[in-house]
Amino acid sequence: MTDLVWLVPLLPLVGGLILVVFGARIGEPRAGWLATLLTASSFVVTVLVYLDLLGMPAEERSHVVSLFSWIPVGSLQIDFALLADPLSITMALFVTGIGSLIHLYAIGYMHGDPKFSKFFLYLNLFVFSMLALVLGENLLVTFLGWEGVGACSYFLISFWHNRDSAAVAGKKAFVTNRIGDWGVMTAMFVAFSAVGSVSYKAINEAAHEGAISQTAISAIAILLFVGACGKSAQLPLYFWLPDAMEGPTPVSALIHAATMVTAGVFLMTRVGPVLAESYGWVPDTIAIVGAATALFAATIAVAQHDIKRVLAYSTVSQLGFMFLAIGSGAYVAAIFHMVTHAFFKALLFLGSGSVIHGMHHEQDMRKMGALRAAMPVTAFTFIIGWLAIAGVPPFAGFWSKDEILLYVYADNRLLYVVGMVTALLTAYYMTRQVILVFFGEARWHDAAGEHGAHGDFRPHESPKVMLIPLVVLSVLSVVGGGMQLPFSKDLHFLEHWLEPVVEEAERSIKGTWAYDNKYVLLGAAIVVALTGIALSVAVYAKRRLPAIEPKVLENAWFYDATVARLVGGPGAASFRGVTLFDARFVDGAVNGAGAVARGLGGVVRRSQTGFVRAYAVFIALGAVALLAWFVWRGWLA
Amino acid sequence: MPEPTTLSYLVVAALLFVIGAFGVMVRRNPLVMFMCIELMLNAVNLSFVALARELTDIDGQSIVFFVLVVAAAEVVVGLGLIVGIMRNRSSLTADDLAELKG
Repeated sequence: MTDLVWLVPLLPLVGGLILVVFGARIGEPRAGWLATLLTASSFVVTVLVYLDLLGMPAEERSHVVSLFSWIPVGSLQIDFALLADPLSITMALFVTGIGSLIHLYAIGYMHGDPKFSKFFLYLNLFVFSMLALVLGENLLVTFLGWEGVGACSYFLISFWHNRDSAAVAGKKAFVTNRIGDWGVMTAMFVAFSAVGSVSYKAINEAAHEGAISQTAISAIAILLFVGACGKSAQLPLYFWLPDAMEGPTPVSALIHAATMVTAGVFLMTRVGPVLAESYGWVPDTIAIVGAATALFAATIAVAQHDIKRVLAYSTVSQLGFMFLAIGSGAYVAAIFHMVTHAFFKALLFLGSGSVIHGMHHEQDMRKMGALRAAMPVTAFTFIIGWLAIAGVPPFAGFWSKDEILLYVYADNRLLYVVGMVTALLTAYYMTRQVILVFFGEARWHDAAGEHGAHGDFRPHESPKVMLIPLVVLSVLSVVGGGMQLPFSKDLHFLEHWLEPVVEEAERSIKGTWAYDNKYVLLGAAIVVALTGIALSVAVYAKRRLPAIEPKVLENAWFYDATVARLVGGPGAASFRGVTLFDARFVDGAVNGAGAVARGLGGVVRRSQTGFVRAYAVFIALGAVALLAWFVWRGWLA
Repeated sequence: MPEPTTLSYLVVAALLFVIGAFGVMVRRNPLVMFMCIELMLNAVNLSFVALARELTDIDGQSIVFFVLVVAAAEVVVGLGLIVGIMRNRSSLTADDLAELKG
């Protein structure tokens, strides 16, 4: 069964190809069902592969399935090969699983859209690219998927391209991601020149055995981290993600919360041995960037009014947590948090989509409130997602966040404090969101005038196809923590499963204070989460404390505006300078070479008179000259 | 009358070759130029045969056959060209055909 792993990416690709040719003819809603069916069958195959791997001894759970020789050039031999091992299958499981749910949800959400089938075409292509990314056996196959998800993300963010802001947001995401792609490509070049291969196995082994210099190892690690920063929206390249909320909500859930943005975390885990063997400042940088991003984004989320932007900043913040884990050597915890985050963040996004759908595309939380009566299922599932992300036990987010904080405490206490503050803020802003949307007084009556076309405006619950994914995801958000419970070694299911992949890089915290007192840390995490919730209730529900939503936070510390001004002012000027240099010097050199050749030709061509007799004279003279030369050198003697 | 020596054959061949080459260079009538080229070819043939006898080596004589065959083919193509051009133009000298001037 493991040999059939190629079916996993193939099925969504087939769906995409069918839709690209017959999409318009298949139409709504069958195009959606087709896409959902193919993604779901891909999920089934992944489960079968998973069960197959589970039946093998742990050390044999790594299968390379080489499909064909892709680039055979001299010493550069790259196969189009897929790797089925615990890490890639974990990723594939939640990509296809959550992907299918979101496909199903989108059938309801995209109802009536004129580009209905095209939407599912992009979704299927996205799932294919993401699967190529996670299943790739070498950096190049991963990079193919990496670029594929980037392109699909661009298509989907600017899906409603006749809206100016959507078109701009798509471009922004694409261009920002390019900076990250530069990192991945350069890392590939370094890896090839140092190791002579771009396969993960070769790179990791070379790093682990010390076959290449530590400088080269560090260069590969930090360059891949640059790529991860771009794709996973870390400082300083995070700013495309909040804008990506211009896309339809299923896209936000699938791409910008659950799957694509986790690609960076995945890549870092994949090359864990490289990180472990690089200079000490490399993991430190990753941890600091992660912690800084987590805190930075959490402060911004506190003052956002758009229901989806809160979630977007929260995603950036949670991704920061994952990088904090990677930098602290807690790969299992990072993957654990990635999976639980995929559950509850997809749930929250789909829930917010359901709210937006019910509110007739109103996204401003100031115009919501008291929606729990109008949308009971959405409210109930959203509240579960809120408890999961806020870190309330026994919901999934609590366990994974706590696991990360445990490792961070063992690694660096300052970063632990940053993590705790972020956790507090997370609980605070998520509670704020839940109160503003589902509780309090209904503020949407005022908005009714703006939606005059509807006459009597009432929020309504979403159709069943949208609610089923919500329910499934909320169940997962409740029980997801069961993958890895801290109480006993036997309950570390995820750790045992991932062990063959991460054992070389995973940091051991046995014997540290944090490990011996993990229940103290668990308690501290609970206190922090409840404090955050209580504070938020006091501010937004009881109105005992004034709300702190300064403009500087609402405008994201003016980071975006500063970047825009820098890129628009000096940046654009320097680009113009580069263009000028290109036109004057690079083009000048090329055109100059051409002009010289042409001028020379203009002189020489006069010798071509067109008179046959003149040519005969030249031939005769040439023959005489040659003969003279031979005689003079004595070659004829 | 004394037997002609190889040297005298070679002198005759050289004379023929120079006359032919000179003709190609100074005459404008393509037909005459053609004949001059034939003259040059046969001058070479003569020296081949003379030297083959001198060196008692059959190779020189056999090359002559090749030259004759190639010359015959060349005449066919060349005369065909001249006839073709003649059909399109009233008068013809080699200097009129200077369209490939650089």
